[in-house]
Amino acid sequence: MQVTIRVNGNNTTHEIEDRLLLVHYLRDVLGLTGTNIGCDTTSCGACTVHLNGESVKSCTMLAAQADGAEVTTIEGLAGSDEMHPMQRAFRENHGLQCGFCTPGMVMAAVGLLREQANPTEEQVRSGLEGNLCRCTGYHNIVQAVLAAAKEGGAR
Amino acid sequence: MIPAPFAYRRAGSVDEALSLLAEHGDEAKVLAGGHSLLPLMKLRLAVPEVVVDVGRLQDLSYVRDEGDAIAVGALTRHRDLETSDLLAREAPLLSHAAGFVGDPQVRHRGTLGGSLVHGDPASDLPAVVLAMGGTLVARGPRGSREIPAADFFQSLFETAMEPDELLTEVRIPKPQSRGWGFEKFNQRAIDWATVGVAVSGDQRPAIALVNMGGTPLRATAAEQALADGGSVADAAALAADGTEPPSDLSASADYRRHLARVLVRRAVEDARGRA
Ligand SMILES: Cc1cc2nc3c(=O)[nH]c(=O)nc-3n(C[C@H](O)[C@H](O)[C@H](O)COP(=O)(O)OP(=O)(O)OC[C@H]3O[C@@H](n4cnc5c(N)ncnc54)[C@H](O)[C@@H]3O)c2cc1C
Ligand code: FES
Ligand code: FES
Repeated sequence: MQVTIRVNGNNTTHEIEDRLLLVHYLRDVLGLTGTNIGCDTTSCGACTVHLNGESVKSCTMLAAQADGAEVTTIEGLAGSDEMHPMQRAFRENHGLQCGFCTPGMVMAAVGLLREQANPTEEQVRSGLEGNLCRCTGYHNIVQAVLAAAKEGGAR
Repeated sequence: MIPAPFAYRRAGSVDEALSLLAEHGDEAKVLAGGHSLLPLMKLRLAVPEVVVDVGRLQDLSYVRDEGDAIAVGALTRHRDLETSDLLAREAPLLSHAAGFVGDPQVRHRGTLGGSLVHGDPASDLPAVVLAMGGTLVARGPRGSREIPAADFFQSLFETAMEPDELLTEVRIPKPQSRGWGFEKFNQRAIDWATVGVAVSGDQRPAIALVNMGGTPLRATAAEQALADGGSVADAAALAADGTEPPSDLSASADYRRHLARVLVRRAVEDARGRA
């Protein structure tokens, strides 16, 4: 089938297999490999992208379901060469070690702030419950999100 | 992991969905939010030949006040239940419990209808709808029919739905009393409940159990004890009576019975505290 998905502000149109997952469309068809596949079972959140502005796990969606929709990946978050406030906050607060979970974590965190602009620490922790990090112990990730909330991280 | 090949069909209306289901019969599967079906298809535990995507049927996504009941469209996402002011006012047990389904990403995709039709006894919302005495509305080639939640869940992953039917609506009678309680015990935040409890009402509440058998179950012995004026502690001690909970990696059957007794006590105390 043919799909047209607006990815990071650009319309992309491709002939795809009906069973193609959104994450494979992003990584293999468009070459946007910032979105990682961790668990492939909807558990880890590494594949989190925004679908019409909301966080979703792209390993558990068909590309066909995103036909006509707007998708934002980590590559398109900043919209320019400058970092997005959330990316900056992750760097400044050492919110990553190996970096594997980071694209999904950042996308989930931005999605969280859009729904809850000034979360408490508790709300950040529960808002990120769909994202696993094997390295940081979460402490600095939570600090980063709280810092980003003060800097307009919901943008 | 990649699903086995299938043909994707997107329904533009309820009628179109029904005619696609009629045409493809047992070979077809309805796709709503996909958060139960796609994981199964990726594991090849489900291998439908045709997938009928009803995810765009916006007219099945709503929460409406219908006087003595709240009508919720089958395609209403967990996120929309969680944030509905109308539900928070009139059926807070449902909106509260929806906020405990999976994680935010799951709640952005998964739907009430999908949760019910999937028929997983470990899911939260089937027990909530059972406790609230909900009615499910299914549409098929023979027209619409209403199925009380008590008759809907038949056995593990089996419901009263026919393969050519679409669940369109869930009707929740407005609770007569203000109290409600919800308890979910799990090991990690995004997990399904090891055991869960939904309580609707306070002095003579309905009590439904999550993951204590092949379907969501009413804790009838505990309900009866409360209706007879027994103490919460005495009633909660009967919470696991008549259940056959599973033993699995997260808990033994005995531990689940223990959890049911503890959680029922907490949930009924909460319900009475809110009344
Ligand atoms: C990581 C993860 C964690 C989760 N945690 C929880 C949890 O803690 N508690 C919980 O309750 N659930 C949990 N879930 C399941 C989640 O609630 C699903 O969203 C829900 O069970 C299915 O809804 P869906 O819209 O995604 O349905 P789908 O996956 O699209 O469909 C599920 C089944 O229902 C059928 N179906 C769907 N809609 C209709 C309809 N309108 N008419 C007829 N048939 C229909 C489909 O054919 C399929 O058989 C979790 C899921 C994931 C992936
Ligand atoms: S790869 Fe999608 S949730 Fe882990
Ligand atoms: S930084 Fe390594 S998994 Fe999170």
